Amino acid sequence: MQCTQIQINHHYVGLWFGHDFHPQFPSFAACSKELKECSGHVFVDSVPEFCLPETELIDLSTVDVILISNYHCMMALPYITEHTGFTGTVYATEPTLQIGRLLMEELVNFIERVPKAQSASFWKNKDVQRLLPSPLKDAVEVSTWRRCYSMQEVNSALSKIQLVGYSQKIELFGAVQVTPLSSGYALGSSNWVIQSHYEKVSYVSGSSLLTTHPQPMDQASLKNSDVLILTGLTQIPTANPDGMVGEFCSNLALTVRNGGNVLVPCYPSGVIYDLLECLYQYIDSAGLSNVPFYFISPVANSSLEFSQIFAEWLCHNKQTKVYLPEPPFPHAELIQTNKLKHYPSIHGDFSNDFRQPCVVFTGHPSLRFGDVVHFLELWGKSSLNTVIFTEPDFSYLEALAPYQPLAMKCIYCPIDTRLNFIQVSNLLKEVQPLHVVCPEQYTQPPPTQSHRMDLMIDCQPPAMSYHRAEVLALPFKRRYEKIEIMPELADSLVPIEIKPGISLATVSAVLHTKDNKHVLQPPPRPTQPTSGKKRKRVSDDIPDCKVLKPLLSGSIPVEQFVQTLEKHGFSDIKVEDTAKGHIVLLQEAETLIQIEEDSTHIICDSDEMLRVRLRDLVLKFLQKF
Amino acid sequence: MLDCGMHMGFNDDRRFPDFSYITQNGRLTDFLDCVIISHFHLDHCGALPYFSEMVGYDGPIYMTPPTQAICPILLEDYRKIAVDKKGEANFFTSQMIKDCMKKVVAVHLHQTVQVDDELEIKAYYAGHVLGAAMFQIKVGSESVVYTGDYNMTPDRHLGAAWIDRCRPNLLITESTYATTIRDSKRCRERDFLKKVHETVERGGKVLIPVFALGRAQELCILLETFWERMNLKAPIYFSTGLTEKANHYYKLFITWTNQKIRKTFVQRNMFEFKHIKAFDRAFADNPGPMVVFATPGMLHAGQSLQIFRKWAGNEKNMVIMPGYCVQGTVGHKILSGQRKLEMEGRQVLEVKMQVEYMSFSAHADAKGIMQLIGQAEPEHVLLVHGEAKKMEFLKQKIEQEFRVNCYMPANGETVTLPTSPSIPVGISLGLLKREMAQGLLPDAKKPRLLQGTLIMKDSNFRLVSSEQALKELGLAEHQLRFTCRVHLHDARKEQETVMRVYSHLKSILKDHCVQHLPDGSVTVESILIQAAAHSEDPGTKVLLVSWTYQDEELGSYLTSLLKKGLPQAPS
Repeated sequence: MQCTQIQINHHYVGLWFGHDFHPQFPSFAACSKELKECSGHVFVDSVPEFCLPETELIDLSTVDVILISNYHCMMALPYITEHTGFTGTVYATEPTLQIGRLLMEELVNFIERVPKAQSASFWKNKDVQRLLPSPLKDAVEVSTWRRCYSMQEVNSALSKIQLVGYSQKIELFGAVQVTPLSSGYALGSSNWVIQSHYEKVSYVSGSSLLTTHPQPMDQASLKNSDVLILTGLTQIPTANPDGMVGEFCSNLALTVRNGGNVLVPCYPSGVIYDLLECLYQYIDSAGLSNVPFYFISPVANSSLEFSQIFAEWLCHNKQTKVYLPEPPFPHAELIQTNKLKHYPSIHGDFSNDFRQPCVVFTGHPSLRFGDVVHFLELWGKSSLNTVIFTEPDFSYLEALAPYQPLAMKCIYCPIDTRLNFIQVSNLLKEVQPLHVVCPEQYTQPPPTQSHRMDLMIDCQPPAMSYHRAEVLALPFKRRYEKIEIMPELADSLVPIEIKPGISLATVSAVLHTKDNKHVLQPPPRPTQPTSGKKRKRVSDDIPDCKVLKPLLSGSIPVEQFVQTLEKHGFSDIKVEDTAKGHIVLLQEAETLIQIEEDSTHIICDSDEMLRVRLRDLVLKFLQKF
Repeated sequence: MLDCGMHMGFNDDRRFPDFSYITQNGRLTDFLDCVIISHFHLDHCGALPYFSEMVGYDGPIYMTPPTQAICPILLEDYRKIAVDKKGEANFFTSQMIKDCMKKVVAVHLHQTVQVDDELEIKAYYAGHVLGAAMFQIKVGSESVVYTGDYNMTPDRHLGAAWIDRCRPNLLITESTYATTIRDSKRCRERDFLKKVHETVERGGKVLIPVFALGRAQELCILLETFWERMNLKAPIYFSTGLTEKANHYYKLFITWTNQKIRKTFVQRNMFEFKHIKAFDRAFADNPGPMVVFATPGMLHAGQSLQIFRKWAGNEKNMVIMPGYCVQGTVGHKILSGQRKLEMEGRQVLEVKMQVEYMSFSAHADAKGIMQLIGQAEPEHVLLVHGEAKKMEFLKQKIEQEFRVNCYMPANGETVTLPTSPSIPVGISLGLLKREMAQGLLPDAKKPRLLQGTLIMKDSNFRLVSSEQALKELGLAEHQLRFTCRVHLHDARKEQETVMRVYSHLKSILKDHCVQHLPDGSVTVESILIQAAAHSEDPGTKVLLVSWTYQDEELGSYLTSLLKKGLPQAPS
């Protein structure tokens, strides 16, 4: 699990979920004590527990907004909305909400069926854990692992979600605008653009450039980003999803032709739609038309139905089908022709309809709970059967470990359509962000393939990386903010063209700030002196020195200045040259004006009328700033 | 251009808008940035192929996905009636409908679509029919909201219209039911069911002219559940093959229906009917009671009109008009009480069947319109899509209640609205922070003046401090300084005079920084005061008060203060 928090401008804190939150492996197996050995591996026997996102660093009650990237990234939401003092808003698209609900519902349902009543805790003692073999020894933050939430908590959490559509601009606190964009990875999956008028941060997580069922990734709207935060890349950068799908189909066909059964541990939504579509095109040519396909999940029916109603979130081909009107996914036809059947669980109708050989899609892909456990026990002893792993979230070897020894064939065809490093480099070329920020592991080759320099992000300037619990200052400097000039004030401005194409106007106005929106209003009219009834105090007249006068620029041509003086009734004017300029003498008025390139000094008696007249004549030659 | 409808009441040139109003001459594409279609009813999209293919328009046409799906079907339906049945010439072809639809761009709810560099549009849910939308059209800080047709109360299959407080400069709203405050939905439904039931009981036939999509689905759901509950046997038919297709659309676009249907669709599809069957033309002559939903809804052509002609003569029968009818249509004529209709070929049709009007068409009533105005908070309101007399009444009400200007222009009339947009500029953060920090000072109640320079280059407007503006333009500051001589009658030494000046100023200028410097001068903020002996009169001292133009007020104040003289030293 990963989350990224961004703080902007003091008043806004956002939180994103990057990767999925996973059931942690040390769980499952049957023994009276907590620890159990199986084929040389040690396991913890417990109710499944879940590792939460980092909550120590962040006070979640201060988080204002959570933006959800896709339905795989919201599985920890109930822990946050229900138990941390979080009072903000959660934004997500409609498919993310609906399918996320299905995933949670399935999880809760599976966990409720796990017969264990107790959570194992003895092994979590640091002194005990230290002595355990890997991977138990290396498990992080085990003390914070939690039991699964209830359906009630799920409903409460989801009720806090505010639905948004792609390219919808959402104003937050008047300070920033956030916009979800299609990320191409799953139904309703989003990248998020967070921008003010002068800065733009893009959060790219779980994106795909492949053409599968979702709407293609919106790359154009990511352009001109100051910072692009990149995360949720493919977990298997060396596997080509197309090749994997081909392998999946051929292994499936081979097994069934030999009279064996195929088990596909999977989530109830997502890649399964693409697999069913491939099989729809494949089964007739492969002579599989009589083989039953079973999809078993408490949310199987809902998932298949929901997939058909999100036309707006689908790729172009599928959208056009809806206009005919035809269901966008061909699994509707598989169901109609009885080739695909779906059941809420292995109990009830399924036991009557069950025919072998067959293909079963069911969860949970961790193999620690759900109906998949039943099929592994049923089919594990025969080498005719095959289990095909398609979900990339779990190591299939670790997942299978407690079931060893296993005679069943195991095929690993991980299908992860998220960006690989070649696609990332193409994306960055296209989008050209000023800075890239990403998790540390993307800036170096994977530890197991340290020679593969191509398996890392390569960009200029080099990506800024962060690791768990690190706080990073994003590399941009804010220089401007938007302010609105009220029409009355705008009318009063007098622009002067200083250079070709550049005009200036001095502004003196009253600043009003409300809800982070700044407005400039015309200055108040000078108040009329109140009638003299009240005794006037001396201090009433004292001017406010905070009222700034504009700066001046320009120079004063002496000859013209003298002419102007004469025109305004001054006589007896004498001009003397000095080293740096001139002195203009008004002998009658005992006044002296020193004029230099960038300064003017008026020296006179305390005759305010005279001084003001001279001042205004000088100002005529200068520009105000 | 907002909507592109046709007039149901005319069969000649007048049925389509006169687009030469827009161009005078020249191509439409040069005059229009885009066309927005609010929903699929023909009075809002019926002229679209004529407009884009026959008059000629190549720009984008925006509509929601359900409208995009259903609109071509209704256009084709309409074309068939006009050309195939009535044999009209100079009408758009099927190919033209297809070509026209290729220019359509789908808009999703709340998505902000950037039409060009300046113009952006955003759709809101309108509830009137499947896919109906209201549109906000925005350029800079100025905006217009066009409602299309909308409904502020949720019905059996659609939700209520909703808009945020977007404060447009102008709200253009429909006003079909400008003066009607409709009774509760339940009452209307009960009334409708009672009338249908009574007619069927006495062996009569009920004709309900509808449009294939929209109200029809709501009434079908209503009758279906009633038939189920009352265990009625009389057949219900739905005309034309559109039904099934229509129901498919409702299923696939279920996210556009109301909350309840969306929640339960996995368990039960509300659009699969048990009691409602497809209609065959021959059924119209069957004896016994029946209920028929037939298209089109205004009895201006097609199957509904055919059935109406067959059944009109029998007083046992009933026609229920569930929606609004445009002037000139048969529907409008019978609703206004006409019982002798002149049909084609000078034939006169006498209407003996009962004629009922039930306002089921999902328009906002007066209350709903007021509610929407309250939600959006526009500066001006413009009424369209209604009848002048009723609009006049509503206009007064709006002006009274909301204190906004309300307009109701006739066709072809131009309305000019004044707007005063504020100008967005970028303010340098340094200047803004300096100003906001001052706002936090204790006597912040006094309005403070922000002083800055607006730099305008092309369309880039930036407000910066004066210093920064000078620096950016590479200009030097010109310093303007004043020095005033103030004569004081004081025989004491200069130093003592200075001391007296200092203590005098200190006692008056409590909020200012008054300092006595070691070199014998006094400063008030950045204003310098020095004393010198008078060259001729030893009993007079000359104070030199010196300040820059930026300290103008304070400098001027000080000279006038000192000119009044110093108070006598307390003895």
